[in-house]
Amino acid sequence: MKQNKIICVSCPIGCRMTIQSKDGKITSIIGNACSKGIKYAEEEFINPLRILPTTVKVIGGELPLVSVKTEKAIPKKLLLEAMAEIAEIEVKAPVKIGQVIKDDLMGTGVSLIATRHIKRADSNLFSYKILK
Amino acid sequence: MKTDVVIIGGGVIGTAIARELSRFNINIILIEKEDDVAMGTSKGNSGIIHAGYNDDFKTLKGELNIKSNPKFDKLCADLKILFKRIGSLVIGFSEEDFRKLKELKENGEKNGIKNLEIIRAPKLFELEPNLNPQAKYALYAPSAGIISPYKFTIALADNAVINGVKVLLETEAKDIRIEEKQVCGVVTNRGLIETRVIINAAGLYADQVAKTVGDSFKISPLKGEYHLFDKQWGNLVNHILFPTPTKLSKGILVTPTVHGNLLIGPNSCRVKEKDDLATTKAGKQEVYAGARKLIPHLPHQDLINSFAGLRADIEGRDDFIIEASKKIRGFINVAGIESPGLSSVPAIAEMVSGILKEVVKEISPQLELNYKDDFVETLVEQPKFADYLDKIGKWQEMVEKDADYGEIICRCEKVSKGEMLRAIHQPLPARSLDAIKRRVRAGMGRCQGGFCSPKVLKILSEELKISPLKITKKGLGSEILKTKTKDMIKETGVKFKDEVKV
Amino acid sequence: MKLKYDLVIIGGGPAGLAVALEARRNTVKDILLLERDKYLGGILPQCIHNGFGIQYFKEELTGPEYAERFITKLKDCQIDVKTETMVIKITPDKRIIAINRDDGLLHIQAKAVVLAMGCRERTREAIAISGSRPAGIFTAGTAQRYINIEGYMPGREVVVLGSGDIGMIMARRMTLEGARVKAVLEIMPFSTGLIRNKVQCLDDFNIPLKFNHTITRIEGRKRVERVTVAQVDKNLQAIPGTEEEISCDTILLSVGLIPENELTREVGIELDPVTRGPIVNENRETEIEGIFACGNVLHVHDLADFVTEEGEIVGRAVGEYLKRSRKFRSQPIKIVPGDNIAYVVPQHIDFLVPGRKKIKIFMRVKKPAERIRINLLDDKGRVLGSYKKRIVTPGEMVSVYLPEVLLDDKLKNITISVKRD
Repeated sequence: MKQNKIICVSCPIGCRMTIQSKDGKITSIIGNACSKGIKYAEEEFINPLRILPTTVKVIGGELPLVSVKTEKAIPKKLLLEAMAEIAEIEVKAPVKIGQVIKDDLMGTGVSLIATRHIKRADSNLFSYKILK
Repeated sequence: MKTDVVIIGGGVIGTAIARELSRFNINIILIEKEDDVAMGTSKGNSGIIHAGYNDDFKTLKGELNIKSNPKFDKLCADLKILFKRIGSLVIGFSEEDFRKLKELKENGEKNGIKNLEIIRAPKLFELEPNLNPQAKYALYAPSAGIISPYKFTIALADNAVINGVKVLLETEAKDIRIEEKQVCGVVTNRGLIETRVIINAAGLYADQVAKTVGDSFKISPLKGEYHLFDKQWGNLVNHILFPTPTKLSKGILVTPTVHGNLLIGPNSCRVKEKDDLATTKAGKQEVYAGARKLIPHLPHQDLINSFAGLRADIEGRDDFIIEASKKIRGFINVAGIESPGLSSVPAIAEMVSGILKEVVKEISPQLELNYKDDFVETLVEQPKFADYLDKIGKWQEMVEKDADYGEIICRCEKVSKGEMLRAIHQPLPARSLDAIKRRVRAGMGRCQGGFCSPKVLKILSEELKISPLKITKKGLGSEILKTKTKDMIKETGVKFKDEVKV
Repeated sequence: MKLKYDLVIIGGGPAGLAVALEARRNTVKDILLLERDKYLGGILPQCIHNGFGIQYFKEELTGPEYAERFITKLKDCQIDVKTETMVIKITPDKRIIAINRDDGLLHIQAKAVVLAMGCRERTREAIAISGSRPAGIFTAGTAQRYINIEGYMPGREVVVLGSGDIGMIMARRMTLEGARVKAVLEIMPFSTGLIRNKVQCLDDFNIPLKFNHTITRIEGRKRVERVTVAQVDKNLQAIPGTEEEISCDTILLSVGLIPENELTREVGIELDPVTRGPIVNENRETEIEGIFACGNVLHVHDLADFVTEEGEIVGRAVGEYLKRSRKFRSQPIKIVPGDNIAYVVPQHIDFLVPGRKKIKIFMRVKKPAERIRINLLDDKGRVLGSYKKRIVTPGEMVSVYLPEVLLDDKLKNITISVKRD
């Protein structure tokens, strides 16, 4: 029988829960104050997922990096390997917010998308009305 | 490499000597082991120009301080640096203190200092409203003043370079070559410099340099810690405040700085290592306690910076060593320049100039020490945005000539890009973040470079045409950045994966 | 160059952006937004992590995405924007002096001014950590800027001081980019950051979080080489004998944010000693009529969403101010922090607003507490209102709604206190 202690992040209370399991299956969850805790504990036990926010190298842009994120959460255990894979990507400016930088990151089926615009380095930076 | 005179040490003493000797038609090389001048004691002291009542006129400390004090107005005007003759007050709390103050006054008057006065309440508290109400007396010396010691050093160096001095940074003296009891060269980490005259102004390391020629004195560093408060507090005091001195030191003082901050310190603590500049908890407590004796209500927040400086204290000797070596010809020692060293700079430089004349007569009668007729006495005024806030309309011309003067990089100290570029192209150029900081103050304000240092780094990188990865805080080994983002994960890969246990 | 505007906003971060858009919606005509950096968004473009917009947009966004929602709207609004422009001075009669490369000096006369300059990070120097002064010491925000915007990693082996959100987020960021974070130290017995960040930034990566610990000494001649850390007692003093050395080349400091009110001080506006921001009324207006403040310059917020909310309060308030349609109470009602309340914003209620039903009061507690009540007491100590809260921590802004019906003409003070339930 195994015991895992986790903290629920569904709300600021942060219930400290204990998951008891046998042969890879949950046998009991204690310490939660509500049903959100159960759902969180199950997800964390079976297959913890995380959104990965990071940056990707840009070629020819006003900035050297574009901030990106995975569109959905991906398995926690793949995070560092995903970072290594992302380190090899180079995207050409201009980049649009929401643009898919890489689909099917690490074979998860989840896309990596841009979270901001990056203009080309030689473009006129100002697109709002600037007073003369 | 060959030259007439090598000066070892780029502190305020070495650079002042360099400038003074550059009046002559001779070749001078100044070598400094760090990546900039003013890296030793010259940047870690109180910045006080003393009136000169502390020391006996028969000592060099007394004589050279007294001679130098009146010279600072013209010298600083020529070098375009700030000098404020705000006056000093030595505060006494008791009858015993009063007797000591009277002694100091008498000594000062013997030395020729005018206008020394013992002051009591109520005038004392009119001059200093925030002074400890238990204070009873003060010795007032109107001729004392404040200066930025590193700005002073940099200006001396710039002027020396304009007048032909070669300054070699990151160049350390390793050995002195001697032939038949005559200096013939200095071995550095960058090779040999042939010369027949060496001036040892190596500060904390002057004893190690002197040892190579057989002169023996031992320098034992004394550390003093300082704390600097926000400019909001600069007018907490109007003069330099000293406690009544003891035999050991002038004590922990409270003073405005020439830039408008409030400075407290130093304590005095013997340390072993000559590069031990660590601030300590005990030192902080001592400095605050000492400062509170003078100004009980010190600010409890708004601390801008804490730093330490080491004083080159010579064991068993209570005075400067400024003399030609008796062991080896062509070697001049300028050592043990602790307080009132900064205050004595102009006269020290002149004295060394005189010693050089004697040394030259002895070793190279054919070498003529002629004065140049094109010696450039002054530096060009370098307008700073922060100085134009009261006359801000005039800055418009600067921006119209050069848009870089309209781009403010350091918000806290109000420094423009134009001023930074100027600092990178000075006769002695700034090449590191700290060198920029010392010249234009970017990074010396409330946020300590939190906002501007990425910008300053970029400017240095673009202007010096070197990778941002090579930009340092204070010379080789102090690079700010490690790799480009993405290169580190490529290096370390998922090496940590097992340790990190994601 | 001389200019005239109805409204000048100093700062183009989330606060300034919200004010600009809401003021435009409230018929304020000529609006100028001044920003010192190259881009709008303030600190948001470098906050590439998630957690923004949950309250305001009911979506979870990263910092840049949150900023973009407002920047896009700005483009359609004919609001004048000047970037890379530094404000040098504000006068009590609302003249602003600013400077940039292209225009040189700008002399701007405003009818209303909004201070939205954000905050700066507390430095190593300000907390006087003993030791040497080598390269490799960064505040977390500066490190974040290098990594996410400038494109450089500032260190390989890191110790983080401070377990606020930014410290924990940077611990994860550096780990993901291949650095090794050896420990996060927190001087208090609790973290001021979200539990979610503790789990997803530290626990996920096995980064130790040590409560009741601090750095007592930094060593390294040119670059950081090691730190000495120690446990602290309840007076936050290091306990002798608990010292340990951790070798590292980088220290990240996340030891507090300080509202950047140098301009505010210089114009003569009084600052609250606890928030270190101006003292304001419910419109976030300072003691100078027509000069408002919002966002982190007013008080350090925990969520950008609340900054936006505050910006919108100010945007509307500027509209009312310019229309001259405000009614003042016969005397202001002071809101006073009581037991376990560090500060409240706004600090006073000035206006009579027909139709207003309630006023949202923000505060932070000094110490964490569970199952408590937030009590509002009048001058005589009578309970005007009482609100249950399951859990309150210093890391999260707490708010209560002050019902208009309680605001009696004779009321001078309302004291807000935390009491056990």
